Amino acid sequence: MSVAPATTITYREAMREAIREALIADERVFLMGEDVGAYGGCFGVSKGLLAEFGPERIRDTPLSESGFVGAGIGAAMGGMRPIVEVMTVNFCLLALDQIINNAATITHMSGGQIQIPLVIRMTTGAGRQVAAQHSHSLEGWLAHIPGLKLLAPATLADARGMLAPALADANPVLIFEHGSLYNVEGTLSEGNSAVDIERAAIRRTGADVTLIAYGGTVPTALTAAEQLAAAGVEAEVIDLRVLRPLDEQTIIASVARTHRAVVIDEGWRSGGLAAEVSARIMEQAFYELDAPVARVCSAEVPMPYPRHLEQAALPQPGTVVEEVRRMIGATGDE
Amino acid sequence: MLLVRRFEEKCVELYSATKIRGFMHLCIGEEAVAVGAMQALAPQDAIVATYREHGHALVRGVSADSVMAEMYGKLEGCSHGRGGSMHLFDAATRFYGGNAIVGGGLPLAVGLALADTLQRRQRVTACFFGDGAVAEGEFHECMNLAALWNLPVLFLCENNLYAMGTRIDRYESQTDLALKAASYEMTAWSVDGMDVLAVEEAARRAAAEVRDGSRPCFLELRTYRFRAHSMYDPDLYRDKEEIERWKQHDPIPALVERLRAAGLLGDGDVDGLERSIAEEIEAAIESAEAGTLEPVEQLERFVYAEGMPA
Repeated sequence: MSVAPATTITYREAMREAIREALIADERVFLMGEDVGAYGGCFGVSKGLLAEFGPERIRDTPLSESGFVGAGIGAAMGGMRPIVEVMTVNFCLLALDQIINNAATITHMSGGQIQIPLVIRMTTGAGRQVAAQHSHSLEGWLAHIPGLKLLAPATLADARGMLAPALADANPVLIFEHGSLYNVEGTLSEGNSAVDIERAAIRRTGADVTLIAYGGTVPTALTAAEQLAAAGVEAEVIDLRVLRPLDEQTIIASVARTHRAVVIDEGWRSGGLAAEVSARIMEQAFYELDAPVARVCSAEVPMPYPRHLEQAALPQPGTVVEEVRRMIGATGDE
Repeated sequence: MLLVRRFEEKCVELYSATKIRGFMHLCIGEEAVAVGAMQALAPQDAIVATYREHGHALVRGVSADSVMAEMYGKLEGCSHGRGGSMHLFDAATRFYGGNAIVGGGLPLAVGLALADTLQRRQRVTACFFGDGAVAEGEFHECMNLAALWNLPVLFLCENNLYAMGTRIDRYESQTDLALKAASYEMTAWSVDGMDVLAVEEAARRAAAEVRDGSRPCFLELRTYRFRAHSMYDPDLYRDKEEIERWKQHDPIPALVERLRAAGLLGDGDVDGLERSIAEEIEAAIESAEAGTLEPVEQLERFVYAEGMPA
């Protein structure tokens, strides 16, 4: 059996390779956003692409989020396959009119006549001491909106493989790249890289508790699972991957096996994605549960600048471990 | 113009009879804008309009039947009944809505024009919007983007002097809207929007510049709506004399008079036109009445595209 050769690659490079591949594969694909060209992307994702593909396809934009996101929607309506980079989720707030009032509604308002095959990429998350306005995790807000699809690649394979199916989709797809993941390095086998964009993934199997995470909290959940394993508790880790539509089947099947669930979400607890996942477990697997679903979310505070306060505000592996211990202690069957 | 006028007058009756519901905005008084401007466009060109777009859709060639069915919320409507008065769409005539967020259509027009430029197609995207949109950030972002990237957008600003109920001198520091557009390095001028021939001439000149020069152009079309902003508006913010004064410039009698003077319109011609328009509208109402209400089981259709991208 021949094994595809593996290369060492970072999350950032995996994302860049995905964009390169898309640009080569389809001349309708182009990338536009703030500083994607000459600067190489605020987070270095598009470095070198301007030299390779030229300014028409690697298009620097003015600081006009609503204008260029809307232009992406219009270009998609006009037959292109745009990849719009919004530097961070924080700035996407300036484009919410276009994302919610146009991208998410036009297919419906037109009775299915008009399609919006558009990809919007943006960085999300906290953890780098960039304070309250640059640390948002608003995936939950956007996951509220029918008409949008949301992806959160947390692994190198997903960073490399999610873009192609997102571009092949006839709907607007938002890809959230957690800022703490760009430097993550690992190996990736070469060759066919496409992944599915429908299902959640089980990143670790375990029989005692299900830890449900996405994006930046997947490493948190995996670390917590290791610590729990050392104490004899086997945690299953689900990486949601697709935040809308949610893959309920994988979640419910796992909870039916483990009978306990902790949702780990960098968004705030109130009205967030963790609340949604928790409610669905309650609705569909209530009688499977040995304990109430627990949530580990960010503290309800605008992100503070000092490192010790920021870390205290964010979901930590230790907090997840404590929640699991409390949960198991309460049900008393370990 | 007469079709648009009579169609909308009938819509008022149907609204009162609760056949049409929701928000409904009429362009009565402003017909010369859509009719004049649309003469400059070819079938391959694209149109982005606002929530006051019945006239634009009809003039573009979306059938009275399918527009009326849409107002009735019937499956036979141009948006399958999902959009209603404010969201008329028709892919076949490249009519891209019907946008109910003021200024929200401008970025779409920029994007449609960008797609044409990138695909080396010599097309125009005509973008209609009201004076109120000029105060929105999206207006300024889009003026800059279109000019910066030399995109073939024909910006058509329908200045009816009011952003809903607020008069332009109460919300704009600079009320010369063409001057604002010109500051973005694009050709811009103002036209009497009550004169359909003047609108047509200006639109032809501007569209030629957009098409041949592959750069945007801006027209301010000075017009006036004779009716309230919407069916909910008691119209308390305008003097009756002001409305009466503008009615003296009604574009329809003005054109009739000119055509008569030029010998292009005989005595019975207007009556004949009225009759055929009335028949067309009656047929549209009949077919809308007989139209299909979408089964509730299909409620969640059209949220996501069905099938792969075209």
